Amino acid sequence: GDAEAMEALSLPRAGRRAALSASLPLLQPTTASSGSVWGCIQGVRGAYYIAEGLGPDRAAARSRLYSLNCLDWSLLTPATKEMLALAEQLQGRFQGDPSFEYDLAEVNAEASIVSPQPVMKEEARLIATIEQIDKEVGIVPRGAFVKTPLGSVHENRHFEGLSLAEAKKLSSYFHFTKPVNLKNKTLLEKADLDPSIDFLDSLEHDIPRGSWSIQLEKGGTVVVLRSLLWLGLTFYHVPMTKQFGYVYFGTGEKNLDLPFML
Amino acid sequence: DQRESAGQTRVRGQAPGQSQSPAQHLGHPRRAAQAAEQLQHGPYQPHEPGYGLDQPEFSPYEDEIPDPKARMLAIQNAKAYLLKTSTKSGLNLYDHLARVITKILDEQPENTADIIENISKDVKWAQFRKKMDTLRDEHLILPTYEAAEKCKALFVKDRVGGWWEGKGEREEIVGPPPLPNVMETAFYFEQAGIGLNKDESYCIFLSLKNLVNVQPILTCRFWGKILGLEMNYIIAETQVREVEDQEGGETGHEREEIYEEGEREMDEDEPPKSTYKPPPEIPREENGAGTNKYVYFVCNEPGKPWVKLPPVTPAQIVCARKIKKFFTGRLDAPVVSFPPFPGNEANYLRAQIARISAGTHVSPTGFYQFANEDEEEEEGDAYEENPDFEPPPVAEMLESLAAWAHHVKIILKQGRCVWINPQKSDENAEEEEEEEEEKDEEGEGQQEETGPPLLTLISEDAGIKSIPAWTAQASTNLIPEYCIAILQSNRWPGAYAFASGRKFDNIYFGWGHKYSPENHSPALPPPAQAEYPIGSEITETVDPTVEEEMAFKAAQEEALAGDDEEEGEEDEGDDE
Repeated sequence: GDAEAMEALSLPRAGRRAALSASLPLLQPTTASSGSVWGCIQGVRGAYYIAEGLGPDRAAARSRLYSLNCLDWSLLTPATKEMLALAEQLQGRFQGDPSFEYDLAEVNAEASIVSPQPVMKEEARLIATIEQIDKEVGIVPRGAFVKTPLGSVHENRHFEGLSLAEAKKLSSYFHFTKPVNLKNKTLLEKADLDPSIDFLDSLEHDIPRGSWSIQLEKGGTVVVLRSLLWLGLTFYHVPMTKQFGYVYFGTGEKNLDLPFML
Repeated sequence: DQRESAGQTRVRGQAPGQSQSPAQHLGHPRRAAQAAEQLQHGPYQPHEPGYGLDQPEFSPYEDEIPDPKARMLAIQNAKAYLLKTSTKSGLNLYDHLARVITKILDEQPENTADIIENISKDVKWAQFRKKMDTLRDEHLILPTYEAAEKCKALFVKDRVGGWWEGKGEREEIVGPPPLPNVMETAFYFEQAGIGLNKDESYCIFLSLKNLVNVQPILTCRFWGKILGLEMNYIIAETQVREVEDQEGGETGHEREEIYEEGEREMDEDEPPKSTYKPPPEIPREENGAGTNKYVYFVCNEPGKPWVKLPPVTPAQIVCARKIKKFFTGRLDAPVVSFPPFPGNEANYLRAQIARISAGTHVSPTGFYQFANEDEEEEEGDAYEENPDFEPPPVAEMLESLAAWAHHVKIILKQGRCVWINPQKSDENAEEEEEEEEEKDEEGEGQQEETGPPLLTLISEDAGIKSIPAWTAQASTNLIPEYCIAILQSNRWPGAYAFASGRKFDNIYFGWGHKYSPENHSPALPPPAQAEYPIGSEITETVDPTVEEEMAFKAAQEEALAGDDEEEGEEDEGDDE
């Protein structure tokens, strides 16, 4: 099921997969639950494998870990606003070495921004990039999570999967991050929403339109959504079952040429 | 009117017991008015319908039976009335209303009040349908069924063998059977962590077998998979046996058109004829050479029929370098871009395939050698396997990129692998050397382009900024005896190559675009064409200033005076 669906995407090699299944459960003391694979960011000289630990309250900050060889994991600190702002200015591939330092002086000179730090470590860039990816293109199917009146978000145990017709529509998928557009909906639209499951932004109104590619693979047994904004983010869901998830397997660069490419 | 107000009470009860019953004043409007004046307080005016209802005995509910037991009786009476079955249809109103309201609440249609009658009719009509349908439920055919059918068709063994088997008597088939061992390649790539899952690889294997059976293919290779927005492409690289003359590709020789304006009339108002000659079109390479060395077949999914991609022209490659578009998955989709792409998605796909092959198809150095050692390297297009090739150990393959070499010719700026002088194509069949030379001198003097020769080592590939063009990795660090060398291209993300001993292969999985660290900026439109040559005849000059005019006048007078003198002298001279 899960493994089959993930095989439809290209993933770490056999050796790494075995290493992952050996080392991820060992993360339990650090993270609240056994870690799960988030994805892999490929640098020029090496790749970062990222795992995350999910607590019972999904709305809380997630703990993330990275590893260069799928065996030894290091915890990543949560992203700060400065990190996010600085990382947006950096362009180009990741190097593959967490202690590599990007020289911000050049970048700042071009962008004429004053920043307190002259350099940015690749690890910080990694943290910021992962956070950005999750925020912008991390998606879940509608109904998979419920929000309690107290504000915490839990898995919906009654979620049985989207139907085939629903699975082909962009409106059945939500961004799993603080909603931005919800308040802008008209009252008429809000009347049809169920506040316990429709508390997130759907993909329908993403700009630019067409920045998601929906495909049914294997004759409709798996629906795969690929983000065109962050090339490499792949979301899969098996309709009528509880299985879904997303992984990022790419170079960690935002595709700013997207409007030209559509 | 008080009488009207009394009449509006729901249940007709006794007249309000007032001392002076308003009914008594029926015929006496003046007295009714007087009685009315007594009831001045209250919000209603005498003429309004609600007038008088605020009095204790006048309120609408007063007329109903005040005592609860009797009210219950009234309710039961009402319900009994509603439950009365109709003599005509056997329905009763109570059940019917209950069903209608249930149906409405279940379905929640829009504008219910407008269609309530139709809903009521539908419910009644539904009563006469038997609960048990003679029709069975037709199970919805899921799309998975159709896809599975197609997939299953792949697994059926052909009764007719491959075309080469049948014709074995008449022709000698040279070379190994064309079908590649996709599973073996998939196994190696899986070591590298690249590839599709086993089921899909096997289905691709089977559809390649179908392809080989149908088309006259000499060699075949799984080239890779390109992702698209709606559907993906699975691509096979083949060499096809030439069975007949090449199909109508544009020859490009007669493309030079001179713009003419209809019938030419010798009118003075006729606008000048355009002297625009579009730049000569560069002819595409022959099938079997250069960029068109291989023929590519694509299909969207294994099981779907294979479609042959048209040969690629240099114009398409040149344009493809300037644009960056996603593939939609439909071969006939138009490519809307600037500069306008000459073709549709099938041509764009073919152009990108050609670029990717030229940029990323590599093999271990020494595996291929030039067929003819004496030929100059630029001309050498033919290579063959080197029988004396000794595969270097994997560690060496990883350490230095000099262990790998390109075996596909690089595409020049012109869009071809072999440079051609575009002026040559303008001429007719009767070319002569002298004419050529003349044209060369007059022509634009395009420099002949050369590129790196065929079997260049990839260590000479230029990187992008600080990123090397290739990244080499071993499949596993833990078991060096059995690991294989894997190359990842950084210029074309998604292109991989592996080598293990004598086995090697290239594959592509990706979106089909080149990596560029800068953002893509589309080409600007060219500057507007000059309408007329700017020369001294039409250029406006500045009017001379007054001083200049005076000076000129003075100079002229002097010259005249001088001339007069000269003339005078000449006259004298002539006279002599």
